[in-house]
Amino acid sequence: MCLAIPGRVEEILTENDLRVGRVNFGGVVKRVCLDYVPEIEVGDYTIVHVGFAISKIDRENAEKTLEEFRAMGVLDEELGSEEEAWARAATTKPSSCPDGSCGGE
Amino acid sequence: MKYLTEFRDGEIARRIAREIHQTATRPWKIMEVCGGQTHSILRNGIDQMLPPGVEMIHGPGCPVCVTPLELIDRALAIAAQPGVIFCSFGDMLRVPGTEGDLFQVKGRGGDVRVVYSPLDAVEIAAKNPERQVVFFGVGFETTAPANAMSVHLAKRRGLRNFSLLVSHVLVPPAIEAILQAPENKVQGFLAAGHVCSVMGYWEYPPLAEKYGIPIVVTGFEPLDLLDGIRRAVKQLEEGRHEVENAYERVVSFEGNRAAQKLLAEVFEVTDRTWRGIGVIPKSGWRLNDAYREFDAEERFHLSGIRTEESPLCHSGAVLRGAIRPAECPAFGKECTPRHPLGATMVSSEGACAAYYNYGRFLSAEQLASAGRGLSGAAHG
Ligand code: SF4
Repeated sequence: MCLAIPGRVEEILTENDLRVGRVNFGGVVKRVCLDYVPEIEVGDYTIVHVGFAISKIDRENAEKTLEEFRAMGVLDEELGSEEEAWARAATTKPSSCPDGSCGGE
Repeated sequence: MKYLTEFRDGEIARRIAREIHQTATRPWKIMEVCGGQTHSILRNGIDQMLPPGVEMIHGPGCPVCVTPLELIDRALAIAAQPGVIFCSFGDMLRVPGTEGDLFQVKGRGGDVRVVYSPLDAVEIAAKNPERQVVFFGVGFETTAPANAMSVHLAKRRGLRNFSLLVSHVLVPPAIEAILQAPENKVQGFLAAGHVCSVMGYWEYPPLAEKYGIPIVVTGFEPLDLLDGIRRAVKQLEEGRHEVENAYERVVSFEGNRAAQKLLAEVFEVTDRTWRGIGVIPKSGWRLNDAYREFDAEERFHLSGIRTEESPLCHSGAVLRGAIRPAECPAFGKECTPRHPLGATMVSSEGACAAYYNYGRFLSAEQLASAGRGLSGAAHG
């Protein structure tokens, strides 16, 4: 839950007075609030946690980290859709662990 | 199970591990505070690459695990109310309260929604002015800026139907509580990288000084963790106790100033109960007076919530690092991820569940006869 995932800013808009970017996480694109990283521009890479960019990072490190997180299997959980979250919860027995990874491996 | 040898950087990993073996002349106990790090350590077999005696102790860094049962019960009670849209991150859906979980509340007709960002919940509030929209805001300092922005925005947009059920916990007071416990065995800390990306690490030098312990700001990837451990062991061997940053590509000393500014505007420090540990003074944030009207606990007056924890569970001792999960008599017997008795088995980031899932099944007796803990007894 405390993981922050790196992505590339593709477009910057203003919504409700907030600076909002479309950020690409290795294929999955999400809307992300950029208010905490005023220095970020289109093409930059940033670390994002629950829809908020919290720090800038260089491209090489961003791509390496993304690859590593993919290998660790944490991307789906962080970036999945609402439907996927419910589907995951549905296949998780009541009282089992939140992300359905229990008993895996 | 994945081992580091499968990683692209297996060679570098082995080199760092070798360096740790050459540096360590004595046993050391190092705690990683963050649940994400616990997960990565076990998943990648990092604990098994360490020299015998250099042990990783798993700290209370899973926000899901330390959220008090009482708060889960409050969430369930609010979510079940007619007219309420209850929004949460996906990983809270299956966290059991005294009776049931959010998934079951939805099954019984409650309007529970999973959102990616707290701002999505604010949007839902704007679109449903006749409904009360509540966001379940748990987490450490990493998540707090997002939750702070959600109430800030709701206030600015005049959304009177949005509120936050908030239980933020803070890392530095937890570290201090662990160090002050009489049975404390932890000699060094890996500080959680993403918490520090928000907060910086200016809060840590006084702790390192006061308790004479090294603190290394560390990331989540296998190489980051090995490097963090290497630096902590080196400091311990050399008798140093400094704050080091092993995650410079993301973390600066000051942290994110803009985020800290809004946090200070929205939240105030409060005492918090940590599930399994108890009350830690000044260890959390709650909404301050200016934002109190957005506090779900103020808006929904709930009474008659009674919570019960299992008497078999030792999750408090696990969270403090006093015992390892497998030393709990219920571990893997009465208590498994399918039937968790305690917080640390509920979340996959919890130490008990992580041990269970990654095959660290040794019983307390086996551990005692192995004599040097799990890191020495390679298994799984
Ligand atoms: S194994 Fe289960 S009962 Fe024992 S401490 Fe962990 S969560 Fe509690």
